[in-house]
Amino acid sequence: MISPGVSTLPVTGSGQELVARKNLLSESARVSAIRCQSLSIEYPGGIRAVDKISLKVNPGEIVSLIGPSGCGKTTLLRLIAGLEQPTEGTVSLDPPVQGDAGGIAFVFQQPSLLPWRTAIQNVVLPLDLIGKGSPSTRRKIASELLRTVGLGDAATRFPSELSGGMKMRVSIARALVTDPHVLLLDEPFAALDDMLRNQLGQLLLELWERRRFTVVMVTHNIAESVLLSHRIAVMREGALASVLENPLPQPRNEDIRATVEFGKFYGHVSRALRGE
Amino acid sequence: MTAVLPPRQREILLSVSLVAAVACILLGVWEFIVWKFDLPKALLPTPRQCWKAAVLERVALFRATVSTGFAAFSGLLVAVAVGYGLAVIFSQSRSLRLALFPYVILLQTVPIVAIAPLLIVWSGYTFRTVLIVTAIVCLFPIVNSVTGGLLSTKQDTNDLFRLYGAGRWKRLLHLQIPSSVNHLMLGIKTSSGLAVIGAIVAEFFVGNGTSYDGLGTLMTGWANLLRTDALVSAVFASAMLGIVLFGTVHLISSVLLRRWTKFATTAS
Repeated sequence: MISPGVSTLPVTGSGQELVARKNLLSESARVSAIRCQSLSIEYPGGIRAVDKISLKVNPGEIVSLIGPSGCGKTTLLRLIAGLEQPTEGTVSLDPPVQGDAGGIAFVFQQPSLLPWRTAIQNVVLPLDLIGKGSPSTRRKIASELLRTVGLGDAATRFPSELSGGMKMRVSIARALVTDPHVLLLDEPFAALDDMLRNQLGQLLLELWERRRFTVVMVTHNIAESVLLSHRIAVMREGALASVLENPLPQPRNEDIRATVEFGKFYGHVSRALRGE
Repeated sequence: MTAVLPPRQREILLSVSLVAAVACILLGVWEFIVWKFDLPKALLPTPRQCWKAAVLERVALFRATVSTGFAAFSGLLVAVAVGYGLAVIFSQSRSLRLALFPYVILLQTVPIVAIAPLLIVWSGYTFRTVLIVTAIVCLFPIVNSVTGGLLSTKQDTNDLFRLYGAGRWKRLLHLQIPSSVNHLMLGIKTSSGLAVIGAIVAEFFVGNGTSYDGLGTLMTGWANLLRTDALVSAVFASAMLGIVLFGTVHLISSVLLRRWTKFATTAS
């Protein structure tokens, strides 16, 4: 089950579900695989935040990065996004996409909305920046996305008039407005209470079911990673310690938390995190 | 009575009442000191004598207040335009910021009373000189505040703009300029009080022996004639002018920022 280094989506396994998932993912044309090869970044002073990480994320796959604070999860995510330049190794997307064309989207730990823009104007922002579509088309797409995330009535509200959960929904809608191939999330629900965290996790799964984009998500929450991901990459001191295949069936909902399988895999991830 | 008012109105009423009470006490103490020590009118007139002088000179006082108000407002506008332009340049080029910002500080540290006679040599006894002096006095808080605002965008937001390939102009237009608006309003608020001071100081020099009729000119003339009662009324007029200018800027700021920040929303 543990497969450090280059890892791929399973092509074998019991049950029709895995086969169905593989077929569905391979048919998807709008998503990209992510390939990290011997990826390293060293900061001045010799601090190696990411150390020779090789990881393949398949098209349409959800992979969680977990590990102790300061182990390089966010740095790895930023390297994939192109927000940091590696000192060694490469990151490639297949088929290739560019962030400046809206192919890569990033959801930060904080919603990071522009306070002078309304919810819909915030969602439209990436389209304004990449210059995609006419203003009316941009608004139409943003409006539809806001409805999808349950904020159809809040389109004209400013961020100061939204709750923490609503702001994060707007942030997710903004990330999806360019119809990205790759969605990167950096502890997106960390600042929210458990109930909101669960709701937004479920929302993310629903959105993924519709679009099947490739997702890499940094989280500290083992239960969240078990519920949402296909695979879980455990990091320690800048390196990839292990990659765990999630055996839980898809689609998943909150009820799966009460199953024995969930508990077993939770324990498995927890032990991997402790290095056992 | 106050118990039935909404909390916000109750707070305003309380604030106004307290200010009025302090004013009454101060005026009473002032009147008492003049009466007790039998001070001559030329040294310290009573509040009632000042009021009488203000009524007597109401036309001159009104015209002078309007002139000074116009000069202060115009100088403030010039400072906003020049200051914002400089701040945008400073925000786009670190080298230019490092090279030129110390000179903006220098402009602030040189006393305006030292520059004013020099400006008269170059620009003459004109309204233009008053405008330049006022703009110089108002410039630094605006440049300083707006430069800070343009450069203080959050890391996440910067990353978001980088991710979508936003160039220098898109970043400036969609991120830096909007995020600097509250810093600009803060700078203008600070400068609005300085604008009246700058205009009056300039008028002390410019109005001397000319037909220019600002509050500074009026004050110089009345001081020479030992008309202390009228002089005090002019001081009050200049204070009122400063309050009106500050209040106007505050009002514009509140309207602009009402829905932008949580603070403004709470305050409204």
